[in-house]
Amino acid sequence: MFTDFLYLLRAYGMKTGLNEWNSLMEALQMNLNHSSLTEFYYMARTVLVKKETDYDKFDQAFSEYFKNLPDYGGVSDELLSWLDTVMPKTNPDRERADSMWENMSLEEIEALMRQRMREQTEAHNGGNKWIGTGGITAFGHSGYAPKGIRISGEGHNRKALKIAAAREYRDFRDDKVLEIRQFQMAFRKLRILSGKDEGPKTELNVEKTIEKTCKNGGNLEIVMERPRKNQTKLLLLIDSGGSMWPYADLCNKLFQAVNQASKLKDLKVYYFHNCIYGELFTKPGCMWRDRISTDWVMSNTKREYKVILVGDATMGPAELLYRGGIVDYMHPNDKPGIRWLEEIRKRYPASVWMNPLHEKLWNGDYYTSRTVEMVKQVFPMYPLTVKGLEAAVRELLKESL
Amino acid sequence: MINFQGNEEYIASDELIRSVNIAAALKKPLLVKGEPGTGKTMLAEAVAKSLDMELLIWNIKSTTRAQDGLYVYDTVQRLYDSQFGTAGVDDIGKYIRMGKLGEAFQREKQVVLLIDEIDKADLEFPNDLLWELDQMEFYIPETGETVKAKERPIVIITSNAEKELPDAFLRRCIFHYIAFPEKEEMTEIVKAHFPELEESLLQGALDAFYRIRNLPGLSKKPATSELLDWIMALRLGGIPEETLTEKIPFAGILLKKTEDLGTLEKRYVY
Repeated sequence: MFTDFLYLLRAYGMKTGLNEWNSLMEALQMNLNHSSLTEFYYMARTVLVKKETDYDKFDQAFSEYFKNLPDYGGVSDELLSWLDTVMPKTNPDRERADSMWENMSLEEIEALMRQRMREQTEAHNGGNKWIGTGGITAFGHSGYAPKGIRISGEGHNRKALKIAAAREYRDFRDDKVLEIRQFQMAFRKLRILSGKDEGPKTELNVEKTIEKTCKNGGNLEIVMERPRKNQTKLLLLIDSGGSMWPYADLCNKLFQAVNQASKLKDLKVYYFHNCIYGELFTKPGCMWRDRISTDWVMSNTKREYKVILVGDATMGPAELLYRGGIVDYMHPNDKPGIRWLEEIRKRYPASVWMNPLHEKLWNGDYYTSRTVEMVKQVFPMYPLTVKGLEAAVRELLKESL
Repeated sequence: MINFQGNEEYIASDELIRSVNIAAALKKPLLVKGEPGTGKTMLAEAVAKSLDMELLIWNIKSTTRAQDGLYVYDTVQRLYDSQFGTAGVDDIGKYIRMGKLGEAFQREKQVVLLIDEIDKADLEFPNDLLWELDQMEFYIPETGETVKAKERPIVIITSNAEKELPDAFLRRCIFHYIAFPEKEEMTEIVKAHFPELEESLLQGALDAFYRIRNLPGLSKKPATSELLDWIMALRLGGIPEETLTEKIPFAGILLKKTEDLGTLEKRYVY
């Protein structure tokens, strides 16, 4: 049954598999949705969607798939409430029903139903004229007719579509720009691989020792283990000021998240303006008095550090490519910015560039965005979103293997 | 068929009621996710109460292993007993202690099993329970015995979304996300806890509460339990509701962090 809905969901990026799909089919068979599309919407969502960030994808796919459903509009709540009481099954006069409806087309039946809908003032169950349950009219439910329109359960078809189209869960999309907690969650993932296989076994595992000793018939057998500590060391280099102002809040959130991820073994944060040259800065103001030599930072930050650079990589090409291209003309650079970037990349195999610019703008035609492409040649670049950060963290972990 | 409707102390949204009933009908665990303070844990209590079933709670901590929920083989007790020649040392079964999941399987009547805050445990934890939750049985190698659920328990799992749960595990669950209650729903919730609260104070308090929740830059937003505590304090303190628009008394109950209180102070004059 509507297998193409499954494929549509997958096309919208959900990872729905056969397992969930079968559950949905099972639920349909048990009629847990009481034959209502609105109930079906909630049922399908609860069975198929596994993350709140996928709700929005589901809503979109649902609207798209069911938007062409015929709408018998204007079914009043009153009418629906009449339909709620199902008449006990009687043996319908099949012959009469067949002769009544057989020669009418669906369109004619629909027109007749609309007329009755206007005229009907009370519940009619078990008859041959009005909309109701049981009986032999071609509209309503639980009755007998060779063909017709089923009106049933609570809620109209359109209600489900309205709910889906409202897209209330839009804010949960994981390609949306990050919130601080989400940043932290992403950073937690950096923790996973650290510390499990390195370092000496220095911790006594009391439980295992007791267990081993007992199994050993009471002779002491000691079990030592490696302490599970986070070994992750992080170097954060943040572009500050100028074209980054619009993203200051975002960078601030990232910074707080990193800072609060206290499980990191070490964290170093430096700032730069537009591009990295001979000097980094210890404060976001990038004042000359707060400078620190890039070489010094590199030689005092070991190769095993993971490096995250945050910046829009948007600048005048000269700033990246030429000697003396630096914005701060008081302190000209004798090495082009791109060389510095390459050096950093070479020293730190686990390094990524997070870009707050929307991905669409990375290869724009603007004069300044050409540098994005060039920086991207040097560092793997990810957008500064939950998804982007997750992908970046994966990349960082890959390099440590 | 099982039909959960919510009860007078626990106000559940229609969506949540649907999800509970669907999970019960499909015999799958229900995974409930949501902000802290949206009543995830309370849900299991309400379900158990409304269906008149016993509730077993397995609280997950960062050190909890899947094995703890099944059974524990008390080797130390056995060794100890053997030295004093206590009767029954030969019987390993005597030293097998059931965990919460094992207990739930052994009950004669159907129970509700709450696995609370599953995201607190190790990342692999949910994967270790796949078979047990799917088949509702496990094997004890020490005794060669298989423990199988007599009546499939209704399993409710809560998560604060601190860790991503593995896909294989998610596939086997019915998922429900509890959004933070809107004002109307919150009115219901507060009324359920303080039935005799005056309408004007209730509205004043809720207005103030949502105003505070919507303040930009809060690091920890107040949730339902903070609101309930705060209303309690307002009543005990006899604060007239008219003052709530210009002044937030007992703000420390709503906001737990110093910088958040600072943010609030900038908005209101004390």
